[in-house]
Amino acid sequence: MFNTQVGDFSREEFMSSGHNACAGCGPALAVRFLMKAMGPRVVVVITASCWSIISGVVPLRSLETVVMHCPFPSAAATGSGVKKGLEALGDLQTQVVVLAGDGGTFDIGLQGLSGAAERNEDILFVCYDNEAYMNTGMQKSSATPYGSRSTTTPDPMLKTNPKKDIMKIMAAHRIPYAATATIAFPEDLISKFKRALETKGLRFLHLFTPCPQGWGSPTDKTVELSRLAVMTRLFPLIEVEDGEKYTINYLPEEHVPIEKYLNPQRRFRSLDQEEVALIQEQVNRDWEKMCKLTAQ
Amino acid sequence: MKRKLMNGNQAAALAVKLARVQVVSAYPITPQTTIVEDLADMWARGTFPGEYVSVESEYSAMAYLIGAAYAGARSFTATSCQGLAYMHELLHWASGARLPIVMVNVNRSMGAPWSLEPDQTDSLSQRDTGWIQIYCADVQEILDTILLSFRLAEESRIPCMVVYDGFSLSHTYEAVEPPEQEQVDAFLPLPPGEAAINPSNPQNIQAVTDSRYLSRVRQELHLTMEKVPEAIKKMENEFYKIFGRSYPLVESIGLDDAETVIVTAGSMGQTVKSVLPSLSSVHSKKGFLRFRLFRPLPDEDIAALLGNAQIKKVLVIDRNLSAGAGGIFAQELSALLQGTSFQGEIFQLNLSGGVDLTPDLLNKALEKIEGAEKSRDKIIWGVDL
Repeated sequence: MFNTQVGDFSREEFMSSGHNACAGCGPALAVRFLMKAMGPRVVVVITASCWSIISGVVPLRSLETVVMHCPFPSAAATGSGVKKGLEALGDLQTQVVVLAGDGGTFDIGLQGLSGAAERNEDILFVCYDNEAYMNTGMQKSSATPYGSRSTTTPDPMLKTNPKKDIMKIMAAHRIPYAATATIAFPEDLISKFKRALETKGLRFLHLFTPCPQGWGSPTDKTVELSRLAVMTRLFPLIEVEDGEKYTINYLPEEHVPIEKYLNPQRRFRSLDQEEVALIQEQVNRDWEKMCKLTAQ
Repeated sequence: MKRKLMNGNQAAALAVKLARVQVVSAYPITPQTTIVEDLADMWARGTFPGEYVSVESEYSAMAYLIGAAYAGARSFTATSCQGLAYMHELLHWASGARLPIVMVNVNRSMGAPWSLEPDQTDSLSQRDTGWIQIYCADVQEILDTILLSFRLAEESRIPCMVVYDGFSLSHTYEAVEPPEQEQVDAFLPLPPGEAAINPSNPQNIQAVTDSRYLSRVRQELHLTMEKVPEAIKKMENEFYKIFGRSYPLVESIGLDDAETVIVTAGSMGQTVKSVLPSLSSVHSKKGFLRFRLFRPLPDEDIAALLGNAQIKKVLVIDRNLSAGAGGIFAQELSALLQGTSFQGEIFQLNLSGGVDLTPDLLNKALEKIEGAEKSRDKIIWGVDL
């Protein structure tokens, strides 16, 4: 099922303890795995997001590499510029990884990301998606799912529009490699990081990273929610090559109902049975569509 | 040296090539477009060996250069009006991060309504972004100033904006002495040969700071800015030895015995200079002053030139407007002359919207101030004359 064996996990850590993440932070764990997969070959460009803080405030630093911060909408362009600058100076080896949250990817960073994707810039763009503007205290983004409470979609005006389908958007750019991953499946996640590193051109990783603070979930349930998102078929683990070839990397054996995922989270507590049923129908439809795409 | 006919945008593209720029990223906008077209053409033919990237917006053009400059590459872009405004937050970032990016801004009116006229409010709106700003008056000056700017930006670690008027300079042909590559290489050090960043040397660049640290960053930028005028003077001496040309921080004519001084910036300086002898024959003796370096403001140089008791009247011609306050060069001039021995009155001729400065219009404005004693709250509007 997975390309990587447990034995391939690097014991070396490139992210230090003492970082500024909240307890149970999904994005912190995701980037720890990312750095394990990348090793010391990468520089990291971080746009305004939780990771602006987690990476350390002056004079601290939590990642064992060069980290460059950049303004909110500029992640893809700044990262592309770093890569082009390195190339112009004869460094063809160092890889550039861009780290952006869902706001910096789905919303304010989308134009720049689309431009970089169209130019097929040689960067790895990593979106860690915690489904709202969490660093500023959980305001709605276009990655916030239908029915979620946020501080800008408060009760009873919950989010009424569905989450943007970022994977389809990126696939439509025909980039060489796009994949989804999440922290409850670290072997899958690390193998995708490695695959992305071996690919030339713009690579996109969509990481599902629960946020206990924003989602109102217990801090020890982060990995469990990440697993439930996959088991309920809400967040399929997939790869898309050249915008065409879809692969589902993990087929959940039993069909876990969406309530199992929704119920532990306070952000969904106002949903009634009818709305939960609507969400279940949407999940089923999306899964069927995904299965059709992979069958082609 | 062989002279060649070229317009401002061609001169700018040639300067970028001669400066051996390593990364250009740009987005087209009238009247800047022909700069990026010329560069793309040179790049496609292999005569510009740097990287050329056609991005999807001005915002990404500047963000791209921030990345390239983080990596250590010599970087250039060009823009105009809305494009410059679209870059705004990144201009602060580039100066805060002390990245030696050079950018041309071709002055054009900010909408609304849409217009292509050469109003200066676009670049003047970026006054407080921490960039060096130099305003050019002719095509040769554009070429020479871009070469100077790369050295200035790289030595001071402050980004530099070279500004000139749309159409009246960008698309107007003048005779220019194109420098030889060897001359440029003698003046401007070769671009960096290796990357400024390396994963084996971990850093956390431009991470979150507290107010005291940030205040030190700002203070250092300001103190470095204050050293820029002297640095330019030294560089201009060297420039003169190599190219046989040089430019003052502030251009001036006839201030020793002038009673009325006409102050302006950009290509309007050429107009004023050309009609100055005829203007002086009527009424009072006229002098001329042109802002070239605008940020940092060479206030001591200007105060020394205008701090002269025989100067009775100053007419500042602003092709820009800070609505509710007036012309921007006029405000800057009033502020810097406080506490100097200047005792005259400052009058304003406002050409915002890009109104053309004709000799006739200038004469009419001078007639208006000839009889006036006080200038308080009175703007002479070019469109009224």
